[in-house]
Amino acid sequence: MDNIAGKKSALTWAVNIAVVALVALWVFPTLGLLVSSFRTGDQIASSGWWRSMLPTEQNLTLRTAGGDEAELVDGLYTVSGNLFAHEGREPLNISAFGTSSRDVGAYTPGETVDMGDGEIITVGETGDYVYTSVEEMSGRGQRVFVTAKVAPEFTLENYDSMLFNPNNIEGMSKAFFNTLTVSIPATIIPILVAAFAAYALAWMDFPGRALLIAAIVGLLVVPLQLALIPLLKFHNEIGIGKGYLGVWLAHTGFGLPLAIYILRNYMVGLPRDIIENAKVDGATDFQIFTKIILPLSFPALASFAIFQFLWTWNDLLVAIVFLIDASGETTVMTKQIIELLGTRGGNWEILATAAFVSIAVPLVVFFAMQKYLVRGLLAGSVK
Amino acid sequence: MNPALQGLLTIVIGVGGCVAYFYFSNILLDKVLFPPRGPNAGRNINRANVIRPWLFLAPALIALGLYLAYPVFETLRLSLTQRVRGGGYEFVGLANYQQMLREPKFWEGFNNNLLWLIVVPAASTAFGLLAAQLTDRIKWGSIAKSLIFMPMAISFVGAAVIFKLIYDTRPAGQEQIGVLNAVWLGFDGGIGSFIWLRLVPALLLLALAAGAGALGWSLMKPVLGREGRSPGLIFGALRILGAALMALVVYLMLRQTIAVFVSDLPYGQPQTWLTIPFWNNFFLMIVLIWIQTGFAMVLLSAALRGIPEETVEAAIVDGANPWQIFFKIKMPQIVGTIVVVWTTITIIVLKVFDIVFAMTNGQWETQVLANYMYDKLFRANDWGVGSAGAMVIMLMVTPILIWNVYNARREMR
Repeated sequence: MDNIAGKKSALTWAVNIAVVALVALWVFPTLGLLVSSFRTGDQIASSGWWRSMLPTEQNLTLRTAGGDEAELVDGLYTVSGNLFAHEGREPLNISAFGTSSRDVGAYTPGETVDMGDGEIITVGETGDYVYTSVEEMSGRGQRVFVTAKVAPEFTLENYDSMLFNPNNIEGMSKAFFNTLTVSIPATIIPILVAAFAAYALAWMDFPGRALLIAAIVGLLVVPLQLALIPLLKFHNEIGIGKGYLGVWLAHTGFGLPLAIYILRNYMVGLPRDIIENAKVDGATDFQIFTKIILPLSFPALASFAIFQFLWTWNDLLVAIVFLIDASGETTVMTKQIIELLGTRGGNWEILATAAFVSIAVPLVVFFAMQKYLVRGLLAGSVK
Repeated sequence: MNPALQGLLTIVIGVGGCVAYFYFSNILLDKVLFPPRGPNAGRNINRANVIRPWLFLAPALIALGLYLAYPVFETLRLSLTQRVRGGGYEFVGLANYQQMLREPKFWEGFNNNLLWLIVVPAASTAFGLLAAQLTDRIKWGSIAKSLIFMPMAISFVGAAVIFKLIYDTRPAGQEQIGVLNAVWLGFDGGIGSFIWLRLVPALLLLALAAGAGALGWSLMKPVLGREGRSPGLIFGALRILGAALMALVVYLMLRQTIAVFVSDLPYGQPQTWLTIPFWNNFFLMIVLIWIQTGFAMVLLSAALRGIPEETVEAAIVDGANPWQIFFKIKMPQIVGTIVVVWTTITIIVLKVFDIVFAMTNGQWETQVLANYMYDKLFRANDWGVGSAGAMVIMLMVTPILIWNVYNARREMR
């Protein structure tokens, strides 16, 4: 129908709006996490992230000056000043205040409140207060709960504490480097092994070739869940146990079918003439492979490398089975996030930051090398 | 040793070892074992060429055999054995399977997996097709595509955190920071609520029922002999089975449509979405659908663009309307890709573990087989039953495995 002249413009608007809605729906969740990771815990708890650009009504807990600053005025111990100034905050307009955590918005600004025991407090709209007591006050000031509109505020503090604070045991920096340590060798090693095998399957004639290709197509879909226990037993028997070597080997093994499949499909499509000419000129198979096939196959190699990198970076199951031992020294980011979900379920500033640290690298890779990713998808799905 | 250094060393050893292996094994073959000179030059060249493919294949074959083929058989063996006190194993036949089949948690996981298998591939493919069809028509389509495709790069665990924020619940009276509850509290039972929570879902369900009905009817048509030739016995039986399934779907959809109108919705109360039995499965599935739609879109978009223009033009000239063009001209030409997308997502669904593990860990009746298996293997330390669970997953994958191999062989001929 897009070929019928005149009907096109009528539809274009509808299509555009539909796509905007679809894209918004798909981006919205990630955006929420990104925005939340730049907000303070108080801000996240007091308003949804979609209102983060608007001032929010927040409940703050402030304190009056302590008892040592009290003066005797008319026989009453008195402290006065500005609640916000004591905390070093910008002054805000108070819409309500309270003296008990059970009812934080009990009184309107300007009201004089009798708190019992001869204590009286007055809080003005700007945070100015007068607090008097019959008896001598304790060292710390009286808690005052105020409700005020707080301007939107964004901070890099979450990232600072999750990435660069060496004292933060929940930090992501160690897990970040561990993930990197897992994924880079696990991406590079299978490529070479697979490339040689793919060349043999694409351009060499030998009995059983078709059978092998069929077997690899079959192995593509074998769930790696089946491999967990037998391989863990195997690793323990040959003395690798749990560790990086085990996880690299496992990722190599699990990545090979896809690698061989993508590379073979690509190599088969290379022009036959080049290879035959080289053979006539006396090149050996090894030379043909390294000098002709490998450079020409770069797009397919890149496709697979991206897949394998995303997969190893994002993996949880293989890491918890083959890598992470009881000491937790080798924890990866996905595992760290799972732990945080358990212990810090409500602290969204921590969770959002941790999750975004782990998501950021794949996203960069994705947007930088999307072309190869799409090409790999088209080549790698079994047709 | 520092892990990073160890990693670097492994790369060097791994890559260097591979290169050295391939290089020296070829030299050995050409210079020492079968040199292409002397009286036997011709025979030697032939022999070397017989052996060389296996030199190229050897590392890959060893790795594949050890890491994928052997575990399948070893898991099968483990599923038939049981650990004996003091070490060692004994053969127990199918006892592990019997024990597993008696566990309600297994059946919960199995049934949920079936639900996942129906909903996730269908929804991802449908959204993917919609996105592909729409984005191919506009100027900024490629940007839209890459944004819809983006979740593909996000880990299941990261996606779980993203959606946990969406499903977050605060007690009544507090500001809701989860989008879903914020939207939910916007409904008050008035006319807007009626339209969005009853009428629209009901219409969607009816549309789905109609779609399933149409599919079932088109499956039955050849069996009823309306299209000239009747299908063979096996395909006829498959078609009847498919049609029966579709009839079941239609029935369920219609029943649900009625339920949508008569159900009593708790307006004004924040909901803990992940603890509502049965429906929480759908909240978990949304995560995977969100991730997989991009994949479906990319493949289907390529397929749609591969359709020859002439076929569409000819249909227009013959007076076909847009619906007919889509369902009668385009769909038959991309049905192969749809099958590929569907089976690929089906396999991903069967293996889904991280999402459930991170979001509910199988509580509140959201268990799936992969997580059940993990529980058995590493929490209960019952390798026998755990392996039996893994074999069930393998069994469910097998039809797709056979279908893929069959197609690959046919294509190579």
